[in-house]
Amino acid sequence: MTTPVQTQCEVISNKRVGAYHHITLSADKISERAKPGNFIGISVGDEKSSMLLRRSFAIYQASGRGPFGGTIEIIVSANGAGTRWLVNRAPHDKIDVVGPLGNSFGIPVEPVRALLIGGGYGSAALFSLGDALRQRNCRVEMIVGAATAEKVFAPVEGKRSVHSLSIFTEDGSMGTQGRVTDPIASLLDNTDIIYSCGPMGMLQAISKLAATKEIPCQSAVEESMACGIGICMTCVLPVIGDDGQTRMVRSCTEGPIFEGSRVRWDDIGTVPSGTYGGPK
Amino acid sequence: MSINQIDQSAKFGSVTFPFPIFTASGCAANGKELSQFFKLSEIGAVVTKSVMSNPRSGRATPRMAETASGMLNAIGLQGPGIDSFLEHDLPWLHAEGARTIVSIAGESVEEFAALARKVRQAPGVSAIEVNISCPNVENRGLVFACDPVSARNVIEAVKRSVGNTLPIIAKLSPDVTDISIIAREVHDAGADAVAMINTLLGMVIDTKKMRPLLANKTGGLSGPAIRPVAVRAIYQVHAALPKLPILGMGGVMSGEDAFELILAGASGVSVGTASFNDPNAAPRIQRELLEIVEQRGFNALSEAVGYAHRV
Repeated sequence: MTTPVQTQCEVISNKRVGAYHHITLSADKISERAKPGNFIGISVGDEKSSMLLRRSFAIYQASGRGPFGGTIEIIVSANGAGTRWLVNRAPHDKIDVVGPLGNSFGIPVEPVRALLIGGGYGSAALFSLGDALRQRNCRVEMIVGAATAEKVFAPVEGKRSVHSLSIFTEDGSMGTQGRVTDPIASLLDNTDIIYSCGPMGMLQAISKLAATKEIPCQSAVEESMACGIGICMTCVLPVIGDDGQTRMVRSCTEGPIFEGSRVRWDDIGTVPSGTYGGPK
Repeated sequence: MSINQIDQSAKFGSVTFPFPIFTASGCAANGKELSQFFKLSEIGAVVTKSVMSNPRSGRATPRMAETASGMLNAIGLQGPGIDSFLEHDLPWLHAEGARTIVSIAGESVEEFAALARKVRQAPGVSAIEVNISCPNVENRGLVFACDPVSARNVIEAVKRSVGNTLPIIAKLSPDVTDISIIAREVHDAGADAVAMINTLLGMVIDTKKMRPLLANKTGGLSGPAIRPVAVRAIYQVHAALPKLPILGMGGVMSGEDAFELILAGASGVSVGTASFNDPNAAPRIQRELLEIVEQRGFNALSEAVGYAHRV
């Protein structure tokens, strides 16, 4: 894990993309450290903000060098007061950012066949992963989906990061009607590793499918966090360790990426019996 | 006068800390995470997360809800247990040059006493905080700090365990009718100082699901929303017991906020929830505080302690 920094970042651009906002920030120190799967924590509201907790966003792209120096890009879904504040930032506004945070996707040394699955804006975390996998000569197949077309995040430039891209919407307004999980069973025989990012229910369904063929499945979870840096202990979920012991682990520092077969998906929101230090 | 010439030390019992800003228990884990952002030795001390005898998983999620100028939490004292803490976390803090106040929490008087004995024998401890006020215990009747007799019993037992080897700081709850009564009890029982205030018990109901948002239903409210409660409680205890040192806390976000608690009667100030928003909050608030103390013309921070009480 890389050491995070706290820095004031200038907004370079803020564009609407379907239901989301694509925000680019100048962030030299963060961009040079960032790896696919890392996230950042953003402080929202002005000096006397009544919103204390940082909002966490997966890094969509991190560019070390460009006309604006190092930049990071995030995809924001404005569904609360804090994210609404954020999507109303204009170029040259400054925002307080901590990052890069969390662990990163494991990249195989061998040129494997990878299946990347993103739900909603969860796909944002997967495009830079696709680039990294392609550099290792992996075959990269991506499936993205959402309830409706405007909630699909699949930018045109993202197609360069993958060999194939298929889109699913629940209402059929874009791509194939259905869910991202629909085609997975038929793809497992040609897949060596799965990466997924999206809602918990989707991650759980994908993990279960991967387990049927014992395919490694790296799942990027989204738990609600107060700090993002590992001090508040709010973003925990039950995960089985190497020793077979279930522990309540922090998704901000031990995650956000977990091997899907280690996460006790059915037990999220509980302390399952037998958990280390759990009720007797 | 330059900033460096002001005496900014904070005295709690027999121990003098060179700097007046501390972390707050439960808001800094055991120091490692925040050390990525600043040198832990630059602040008064790290107050570690309240540790119990055995490892604790803590509670189910959701454990947290953001509220207006605050947050509600019910973590349930998740932690490694005292033995692992003393073997791994405490030596690490010592090696970092951090002064450490070890916070302990027990479910019984005996557990507190046993924890205190173990802490006393460990090297690298500046003081012991006795958390008798965690609002997230199973049984509200177990909040020792809500009952003068229970509070006294715990502190007496801890005092028997540590004698005069370590200053004892009793952490108090604001959820009582008269906090100065509890402060007097713990002081009489042997506490060298009090830490206040712990969080206030609160609840958030999810209006979409139409049930309590936290898995634990209730949680502890922290953040600037509670600062006036902290100022009032500190003011009352300082008025009643002017010689009892107070480690003040409750929604401090800036140096000015810390100064307010000092004027009320705090000798030092802990920064808690602010660290979730700003990982550099503790050293930043310390710098801001020092600047204010200097501007007001004090030669030592201790001169400002309780200054709001003058007629």
